Amino acid sequence: MSEVTPQAAQGTTGEPLLVVSNLKKYFPIKSGLLVDRTVDYVRAVDDVSFEIRQSQTLGLVGESGSGKSTTGYTVLQLLKPTDGSVRFDGVELTKLSRGEMRRMRREMQIVFQDPYASLNPRMTIGDVVGEPLVVHKIGDRTRRRRTVEELLEVVGFNPDFINRYPHEFSGGQRQRIGIARALALNPRLIVCDEPVSALDVSIQAQILNLLKDLQQAFGLAYLFIAHDLAVVREMSDFIAVMNRGKIVEQGPADQVYKSPRDEYTKALLAAVPVPDPRRMRERKAERRRHKHALTESV
Amino acid sequence: MPLLEVSDLRTFFKTREGEVHAVDGVSFSVEEGKTLGIVGESGCGKSVTALSIMGLVQSPGRVVSGTAVFDGRELTTLSEGELEDVRGREIAMIFQDPMTSLNPTLTIGTQLTETLRRHLNMSREEAKKRAVELLEEVHIPDAARRLKDYPHRFSGGMRQRVMIAMALSCNPKLLIADEPTTALDVTVQAGVLDLLEELRLQHNMTMIIITHNMGVVAETADDILVMYAGQVVEQAPAVELFDRPEHPYTEALLGSLPDIERENVRNERLVSIPGRPPDLLVPPDGCRFAVRCKYAGIDDCDKIAPALREIRTGHWVRSTHPASERSAATVEAAR
Repeated sequence: MSEVTPQAAQGTTGEPLLVVSNLKKYFPIKSGLLVDRTVDYVRAVDDVSFEIRQSQTLGLVGESGSGKSTTGYTVLQLLKPTDGSVRFDGVELTKLSRGEMRRMRREMQIVFQDPYASLNPRMTIGDVVGEPLVVHKIGDRTRRRRTVEELLEVVGFNPDFINRYPHEFSGGQRQRIGIARALALNPRLIVCDEPVSALDVSIQAQILNLLKDLQQAFGLAYLFIAHDLAVVREMSDFIAVMNRGKIVEQGPADQVYKSPRDEYTKALLAAVPVPDPRRMRERKAERRRHKHALTESV
Repeated sequence: MPLLEVSDLRTFFKTREGEVHAVDGVSFSVEEGKTLGIVGESGCGKSVTALSIMGLVQSPGRVVSGTAVFDGRELTTLSEGELEDVRGREIAMIFQDPMTSLNPTLTIGTQLTETLRRHLNMSREEAKKRAVELLEEVHIPDAARRLKDYPHRFSGGMRQRVMIAMALSCNPKLLIADEPTTALDVTVQAGVLDLLEELRLQHNMTMIIITHNMGVVAETADDILVMYAGQVVEQAPAVELFDRPEHPYTEALLGSLPDIERENVRNERLVSIPGRPPDLLVPPDGCRFAVRCKYAGIDDCDKIAPALREIRTGHWVRSTHPASERSAATVEAAR
């Protein structure tokens, strides 16, 4: 990751917006009848390092259980890291007090996978989108309302929907609401955790385009977490491939997809079916060649 | 003669607000030994089509009209008892989530032998022997020992293999797989699809694979049926459909897919389809895709429903503006 784009160089300290080094998150496995004893650890995130510059996207791909979501949560300090460092705009997040971290959260937001589960059904769209402003005590009531209306417009909504409830909206529309909420505090980094995997293909394209537009408009940095390798390629400047808690390969998107070096990456890429019967025949042969790199759990 | 021929199938669901036309005049046929892929987005009626054929539509849904002739027999008029003989024995089905289709309180062995004894009248010993063979056939390691395991002891991919073993146990003529790999990781999906291919060839099985994934149908299907809002909007041999899609919906759907093999996509935009599918409580009078279609609006295709017609040999489309017949004026107006 040596390329420095003009925008990236604008960062206040010269270093990338987010620098993650040797990050670890271990979950203890407890055992014992009366007294819990830690017998081992699940190494969900095991010595992971990467960086993201302003206006750029790092795509984090991997299969279920690879540790990609845990990495996202740990970066945001929603889970306390076991070890390692997370520097955001030059500030070491792992050493911040709760209050300091809270203020820092304005700068980094998250968009979740399931737009059905992540919106409170009893809150109006306006309340959902405006809640971060209330929590961080930004503006007065009228100012906040205006901001919310603007946000709804930014994500392609009619601002008149402000008093409606989440159940009135489809999956794709709900995801827009989730994105509007994430944007409310003017963040610089958004962790997108499988933002389109619950959506139909035609709707998925709408949301991916929206995320690209917003990134351009606001210079956002994305940590884009997904299991769909084609979606990740579509969105990312750089790719990191995770397997069993470790990043097995990372580099510029086209390079990783075109000439993967790691055996697991090769097998993963070869496994993806493509929408073309002719190319599919070649891929099947490719898939057989790399099968050995996979161990299917029984 | 095709193995399965479905004509004008309609399945409606009663709700408080009225009847939802989930499947609304679906016709297709599957030739023996071939694989038919049914693709479409959620709510397009692809799963309900399969359930209707199998006689598995539950209240408040009902098959309103249509026929499904399987191997010379009309399925929609069979009694529940007769249907039970057909299901499992001649037509088997596997579903998306193997955990919900397996009984968590019974061992895999019990569940496998139950089918064999019910449909094939095997003795306990025979059934057990056959069950081990079946698990070996779907490449489950250490098959004899694993018969004693409960479903939760198996990984997602292995559970789907168990489901496939069960589906195969009576040598069905037709296997209907409804989103068989949707819940699985892509490397596991690849293994399951390879397995289905292997078994299909070995047993000369006919297959219907239902999925939302264009890649999965491209990999598995000989012929493809694209469904939208309860209807078939396009049907063609797989290569033909991907090479020369005719329906504006199919074209847009293919355009909206990120492609894993395309370079420099980072700064491009995907083709997205505006809006969402129509409410099937009150299906539109005209073309059901009209409100989202960029070629609609210059004539009355949004008022008069287009019929499904054969535009080339074996290639059927339900649109007033199929790709190969679009006039320069239509294309210009769509810009």
